[in-house]
Amino acid sequence: MQAFEYAEPKTLNEALGLLSSRWGETEVLAGGTDLLSLMKNYVATPKRVVNLKRIAELRGIAEDSEGLRIGALTTVQELLEDQHLARFPALTTAAEGITSPQIRNMGTVGGDLCQRPRCWYFRNGFGLLARDAQGRALVPEGDNRYHAILGNEGPAYFVSASSFGPPLIALGARVRIAGPSGTREIPVAEFFVIPRNENEREIALRPNEILTEVILPATARELHNATYEVRQREFLDWPLATASVALELRERQIRRASVVLGHVAPIPWPALSATALLEGKTLTEEIAAQAGEQAVAAARPLSKNRYKVQLARVAVKRALLAAAQGGA
Amino acid sequence: MAKQSKPEKTPRGSGNGLSRRDFLKGTGAAVSAGVLVTEDLLRAQGQRTGPVVGPGPVPITLRINGQPRQLTVEPRTTLLDALRNHLDLTGAKKVCDRGTCGACTVHLDGRAIYACTMLAIDAARGQEITTIEGLAPPEQLHPVSAAFVEHDAQQCGFCTPGFVMAAVAYLRQNPNPTYEQVTHALGGNLCRCGTYMGVRHAVVEAAMRGKGGRS
Repeated sequence: MQAFEYAEPKTLNEALGLLSSRWGETEVLAGGTDLLSLMKNYVATPKRVVNLKRIAELRGIAEDSEGLRIGALTTVQELLEDQHLARFPALTTAAEGITSPQIRNMGTVGGDLCQRPRCWYFRNGFGLLARDAQGRALVPEGDNRYHAILGNEGPAYFVSASSFGPPLIALGARVRIAGPSGTREIPVAEFFVIPRNENEREIALRPNEILTEVILPATARELHNATYEVRQREFLDWPLATASVALELRERQIRRASVVLGHVAPIPWPALSATALLEGKTLTEEIAAQAGEQAVAAARPLSKNRYKVQLARVAVKRALLAAAQGGA
Repeated sequence: MAKQSKPEKTPRGSGNGLSRRDFLKGTGAAVSAGVLVTEDLLRAQGQRTGPVVGPGPVPITLRINGQPRQLTVEPRTTLLDALRNHLDLTGAKKVCDRGTCGACTVHLDGRAIYACTMLAIDAARGQEITTIEGLAPPEQLHPVSAAFVEHDAQQCGFCTPGFVMAAVAYLRQNPNPTYEQVTHALGGNLCRCGTYMGVRHAVVEAAMRGKGGRS
């Protein structure tokens, strides 16, 4: 790990004043479960690390008229233990899917959204877009078994590693972001972006901004919701493909639907054609299977990841059936 | 103490750090600490009201096994390296050093965490740290450790302290777990020898004896 300066500001404003306006110079430390590994591998080499853990306003889960506010420093375990989560099985499943208790005790909700991709080219120093010295993309001809099957026209081929992104987008959540000129709020769906060049990131956060909270709108609690994860190993790994769904049901008829795939694209991937197919229908196993088919209709697998198409297709079907069975 | 411009004087568990560093040459990995502060950072620093320390050694106090321990470490020193290399508490093991194997598991305010994935300076904010050395009085075994011995729950033993710490933290939350629940509770620890069956039986039995949660 490269040496760095270190600060533990007690307020958000102090923390913002310590951040550089250029990526890479400063890093924000919360749970540290991603940042420390990145620094040990010299993928992140910040000159200063700003620890947020003394900032009380970033902690806690509270409900008000707007909805459920989840502080960015809330650990995955604290989220799981919160009574409000009972209404959001889509989030519970995602949190439980972070299968190491130690990671759940350390890792934070904000950190899950801000973690860097797990792409092994990125983690081994080839950059976010994984190019060789001549600028050729390494992933399409390389070992791409865990890479994107959607949104992979290039230059990005990695998959978003976030567990909470897909369920939060399905539930219509927003994130609040603090920066030097005040705060802004954006839908979680707009927080994730596909970078076009090596200077861009996979999230809409600017280098001198801090994600402060996630807001689940009050209407989200009326939605039937679920997440289904397909994984290679039971523990200590990220899923291969996931689907998070949220349904507004009347009897069994779908009034509104949201289907978001995880770990198959550089961003949590909203399956809009599946959503369109579902609306107005009565949810049956056949309709759920058709929605799964629609969700991957545009998939363009790379040389070694065709299997992920089937995993995503089935994840959508099973998430839909689980959501319809669960209460809202 | 190591000079700021040199790599930290600690063993690199898996060798990954060194090889990747060589691999990454040219990406600015070897920038020395002496030229760290850029114009941009200075501007940011002008606005600050909180103290910035490092990159050189900083005096900190860790509360370990009930005792305050004073030491001087660089901000980049992990809790695991502080325990092993500065305080001679070598029970927590350095294996993957990337938060994926669990051999370094200790308790922070009673919860299991990876000591390799936390900065020592971050653990010096008054939290209570418990290591395997503090689980039972000297020369005595914690009931969970004793159950590991009885069930032959180790082969090479390198992962064992981490498993015991993870199990003890879990049994405090759930003193009466099923075998299946124990399997999930130990999902953050790996054993390359494959002693999982013995480990799980040991934890279930320690729980059944009603001793597991107490130390």
